[in-house]
Amino acid sequence: MNQAAPAVVTPTYDVTLENLFEHPEGRRVLTCIQCGMCAGTCPYGEVMDYPPRRIINMLRAGELEKVFRSDSLLSCVACYACMAKCPRGIRLTEVLLPLVKEQVFINLPETPAELQKALENTLRYGNPFGESSRKRAAWVKTAGVPIRILSEDPRPVDVLWFVECQNSYHPRGQDVSRATARLFHALGIDFAILGNEEKCAGECARLLGETGLFDTLMDYNMAVFAKYKFNRIVTSGVHAYDAFIYQYPERGFRYPVEQTTPFLARYLDKLRPMLTRKLPYVVTYHDSCCLGRHNGFYEEPRALLKAIPGVRLVEMVHNRVNSICCGGGGGGMWLDTYYKAKGHERLSERRVKEAIATGADVLAVSCPYEISRFEDALKVLGYDQKMVVRDVVELLAEAMEA
Amino acid sequence: MNLVVLMRMVPDVVEELEIAPDGKSLDQEALRLIVSESDDHALEEALLLKERYGGRVTVVAPEAPEVADVLYTAAAKGADRVIQLRGVEPGLGVAAMAEACAAALSAIPDLLPADLVLTGAQSIEDLDGLVAPLVAHRLGWPYLGVVTAVSEVSNGTATVIKEFQAGYRGEFQVSLPAVLGVQAAEKPPRYVPVAKVRAAMKATRIEEFEAPQPVPEPLQDVTIVALAKPEATGRAEMLEGSVEEVAGKLCELLAERGLL
Ligand code: SF4
Ligand code: SF4
Repeated sequence: MNQAAPAVVTPTYDVTLENLFEHPEGRRVLTCIQCGMCAGTCPYGEVMDYPPRRIINMLRAGELEKVFRSDSLLSCVACYACMAKCPRGIRLTEVLLPLVKEQVFINLPETPAELQKALENTLRYGNPFGESSRKRAAWVKTAGVPIRILSEDPRPVDVLWFVECQNSYHPRGQDVSRATARLFHALGIDFAILGNEEKCAGECARLLGETGLFDTLMDYNMAVFAKYKFNRIVTSGVHAYDAFIYQYPERGFRYPVEQTTPFLARYLDKLRPMLTRKLPYVVTYHDSCCLGRHNGFYEEPRALLKAIPGVRLVEMVHNRVNSICCGGGGGGMWLDTYYKAKGHERLSERRVKEAIATGADVLAVSCPYEISRFEDALKVLGYDQKMVVRDVVELLAEAMEA
Repeated sequence: MNLVVLMRMVPDVVEELEIAPDGKSLDQEALRLIVSESDDHALEEALLLKERYGGRVTVVAPEAPEVADVLYTAAAKGADRVIQLRGVEPGLGVAAMAEACAAALSAIPDLLPADLVLTGAQSIEDLDGLVAPLVAHRLGWPYLGVVTAVSEVSNGTATVIKEFQAGYRGEFQVSLPAVLGVQAAEKPPRYVPVAKVRAAMKATRIEEFEAPQPVPEPLQDVTIVALAKPEATGRAEMLEGSVEEVAGKLCELLAERGLL
């Protein structure tokens, strides 16, 4: 498989609500035919007072202020579904929604407590969990293979692996990191990590509307990148991938970037002979919003899964472009309590019901948020004996063991 | 109303605390400081009072690493004036700290008279909650501690709520000016978007004020003999059995301790 070129898009980081119509992507908003496809496809379309169609209506009527004063858009989980389905090609999740959500966030009379804590933690410690920034690389000791940390050994390196928060701190995320390190090692990849110097890439804060936090994190990470010499970045985070591809270029970021799953798919020929252990699993793959709908990596994870001996791949009703968001994007990760209070269905639960219906025993994922979200949902619904959640990378590493 | 908030930086327990080689203080090198949580509540209460009655909020904080961020954040939230006290070293004993702050409050130009000085009722460095009463003593003002709301301000008095155990509430009246030790504000401290903090960094000037010298010696009647790290004990009890059994045992335990 060749290196998938990142989607070439017109940068939109200079678009504001004031200059919206001076930009081609902003003017495109005016071509909306009010068909309602966006609201219909939105996983929270029914509970949102202002789905994209209505926002555009309000924009035309000069009544956007009303949208800013409602907390309705906190229910937007930045899943790119509306954007993927809009017949006029309006880049809703990329252009219009972040600008409106920024105003919504600034005008919120009260920030939901769980969200506030996550944002304050991210600003202070570089991760939403409120874990010490000095322990970001603590998992490395348990990796089983050597992992170079650039602050300790700053020699130039080929791949800078940007691990991201979930896979640095969450116990299940750390499992994925250990598996990733073993695979990189087996493939002979020259890689290193930033260790404790790394901070959250900030994409979910941005898509929530907390752009100041995003800018602070972006400035910070750019300054850290500038300290070292490397050829490219591979990140475990799908949101970090988006941030690096679409936003960081504003600050002069020019490195080639890949997310771990598509990156490993390029090494499939080399990987295949190493996958010697038979895994007798029926696997269904959940397309994450960023990797799938937003960037079109549908086949890469499936190719990797099919290369594992013994694995039988089955599809959920909603797959590829129609995949249902796990509910963790755009700040949704820290709004579960708020959604519950509002009576919203948990999207991760909606999704695992579909996964269970396939009869699969493994739900494979590639976005770091999904493991904890889907594992929780399986427990809540009482399916945790029937199905396990595994990152594609974990399954590959499992198949590699002798 | 003229409201003064005293905020202090304390050790952040998210980071490992190391004991210095002298065996009686924390290793300042390994420390990371964070604003004391109840001081943050004191600021919130002051901002709520300003919103209700008008007036000015001035934040005064002894100098410490990262205190500038705290002061800019306070400005972004609505504080009108932010002042950093120089010469009050972190790691100073509680009594000396309170003395130094109180002396500084009286000496800072255009600060007093104020209606209220608000600060945290306690901090992790001051579990006895001495700072607020010592400041009140030094200023010669009345003091109320463990405050959870200021319900009314009129005719030179404030009505103040304290919360006791089991949800009992007491209402107190205090003549102004007064010092309040705030346990919790009426609402959790507000979030301020980082863009507003970044804007405040450009628009706000942190006033620097040299604390009156010499800073009084710490009280010598009480001295720290030793600090020790917690020892790991193996006394955790694992509840075993089926889900129902574990839930049953858990309920019994909670009931036994009066928590149900
Ligand atoms: S799908 Fe596109 S064209 Fe249709 S209402 Fe939504 S934004 Fe307008
Ligand atoms: S991005 Fe997803 S959640 Fe947000 S409005 Fe569009 S469809 Fe709805």
